[in-house]
Amino acid sequence: MKSEAKARPASRGRRLGAFVFLSPGLTYLIVLLLVPLGLMVSYTVFQRGRFGGVVYEFTTENFSRLVDPLYLGVLGTSLRIAAVTTLIALLVGYPTAYLIAQLPNRWKTAALVAIVLPFWTNFLIRVYAWIMLLSGPGVVNSLLGTKLELLYKEGTIVAGLLYSYLPLMVLPLYATIEKLDPQLREASANLGASAFTTFRKVTLPLTLPGVMTGCLFVFVPSFGNFVIPEMLGGNKTVMVGNLIRNQFLSARDWPFGSTLALALVAVLVVLLLVQSWAARRA
Amino acid sequence: MSRTRFTSRLPAAVAVAGLALAAAACGGESSNSSGGTSAAAADLKPNADLSKQKLQITVWDGYTPKELPEKAKEKLKVSEVEVTLHATNEEAMTKLTAGGDSGIDVAFVSGQYAQALNAQGLLEPIHPELIPNLANLYPEATQLSYDKGNKYSVPYTWGTTGICYRSDLVKAKPTSWNDILKPPSWADKKVTMMTTERWLALPALKALGYSVNTEKDEEIEKVKQLLLDAKPHLLAYDDTTFGDRLKSGEAVMVEAWDGWCPTTDEKQNIKFEVPKEGSDLWVDTMVIMKSSKNKEAAHAFINYILDPEIHRWAAENINYKVPNKAAMDKVTISPGSLLGIKPAELLNGESLIDLGQASTKYTRLAEEIKAQS
Repeated sequence: MKSEAKARPASRGRRLGAFVFLSPGLTYLIVLLLVPLGLMVSYTVFQRGRFGGVVYEFTTENFSRLVDPLYLGVLGTSLRIAAVTTLIALLVGYPTAYLIAQLPNRWKTAALVAIVLPFWTNFLIRVYAWIMLLSGPGVVNSLLGTKLELLYKEGTIVAGLLYSYLPLMVLPLYATIEKLDPQLREASANLGASAFTTFRKVTLPLTLPGVMTGCLFVFVPSFGNFVIPEMLGGNKTVMVGNLIRNQFLSARDWPFGSTLALALVAVLVVLLLVQSWAARRA
Repeated sequence: MSRTRFTSRLPAAVAVAGLALAAAACGGESSNSSGGTSAAAADLKPNADLSKQKLQITVWDGYTPKELPEKAKEKLKVSEVEVTLHATNEEAMTKLTAGGDSGIDVAFVSGQYAQALNAQGLLEPIHPELIPNLANLYPEATQLSYDKGNKYSVPYTWGTTGICYRSDLVKAKPTSWNDILKPPSWADKKVTMMTTERWLALPALKALGYSVNTEKDEEIEKVKQLLLDAKPHLLAYDDTTFGDRLKSGEAVMVEAWDGWCPTTDEKQNIKFEVPKEGSDLWVDTMVIMKSSKNKEAAHAFINYILDPEIHRWAAENINYKVPNKAAMDKVTISPGSLLGIKPAELLNGESLIDLGQASTKYTRLAEEIKAQS
């Protein structure tokens, strides 16, 4: 701002004003993000108390346990499940968002409401409904007259995650596709590009930030989810979220739970960096 | 232990943050004391003025009558009775071990957790002279291995673990843990086992003839092999909805706590069997915190619970056996009900005790089994 020098007498008041308006948000971030994060990080170098809690004696054991093949395997499984879910969500979500963006305004609203409609029911109940649909004597098998084993497989976990988080892919994609100027596509067509070339060279690059946001929105909660592996995976697959939950709620091993949580945060930070790097290039 | 209700639906990160914050608020202090340090008993007066005392109790949701606070307040003439709830033993432990005065006078926790609390020096020894109703307990209920002689805990409910099954869908009645571990072809992928580590290990431990409290690595290794071989034949690992799975016919045999096996449903053919290799004996207890400033009232409260008219509520309303002979004598036992299991039979089960550091072996075992694909 060029007028900053002239406005200096007022700047103290403005700064105070900014502080007042920022303080609720700052308090929220400090109390609910920084303090717990700090505690979590500090716990990672201490030992487990015999009956839970933390013994303040330094150790690096929690980090060496992290590279144990057992936990690396769990991390690998989680990454694979989350990646497959994200990929399918993108393949299904992109055309959906694209078509919604082409609809007349009236239908756009209806379509968007339909996308978020599942969120009006509790998450746990919706996941439970899948059990009723897919179980041995469930709805699908009795309608088809089959005895398919549909539940408690890795694929079922992917299906459950996809169902839960697909709207989080469609919405950011819709937002970017909708903003895309149709004249750009027309220009591309006028210059002789085929529909596919137009998509590849114009539409896709311009909507890449939406693609990245959508992928992140689906990947992050899928990666850390522990309810769906427990309910739809029948506890036969362990994801990193289950592992963390168990460290706190049944193993009473807070330091290792914190270390796992930190590892999860680290993976997600890397992903965020990749996303912002890609968004800047797009 | 037996009521690990499925209430957490928060993303893991939020739950972690919440726990960490809770720990911060309480100072996050914990000691590493071990061994039975039962500190000296406080000097309590039998005729203390209870109207100057108030009670804070923590208990599982639905585990005591709803009107208990008002009724206990009226009967005991204390100034206030307040009940807070916990969903699991671990949650109760977090409350009670966070350091300083938890504000709780009486806590309901399972036997091995009472043992752990006592080892930490957090429990007030029970003053039997202040609880005349202890005489109502079955003699067996004073000989439980986590606390012989009820020195720091008083049993509230007890039971065992076995196989809950659909008698109309099984071709042969299950009699052995091997029926679940190596199910016959008609039950393939129609059996479930529990997911909490000590109970996940229980069928294999018993099938191999080991103690449910074993700490031996070579025994745990054998258990692991057996459980890994069993995994492909399982429908799921399930602690909470196995009863529903039986009712829908999705499962035909499940590992279950007796109180959770729906044998009294007349429309269903559900039965319960304790396998011939034996099982566990779990006990949920009442303990008094050392930090309590209302110890006379706390004893009076436990005495009140042991009153047959009060204690029978648990058997009649939530289908848990109570270790109170006078109370059980008043309970009408309906056909099919598991309340009829006699204390002597229960005592055949091996009591679960706290394993301290060795409990991590069971955590690791459960993680290895469940992560195996």
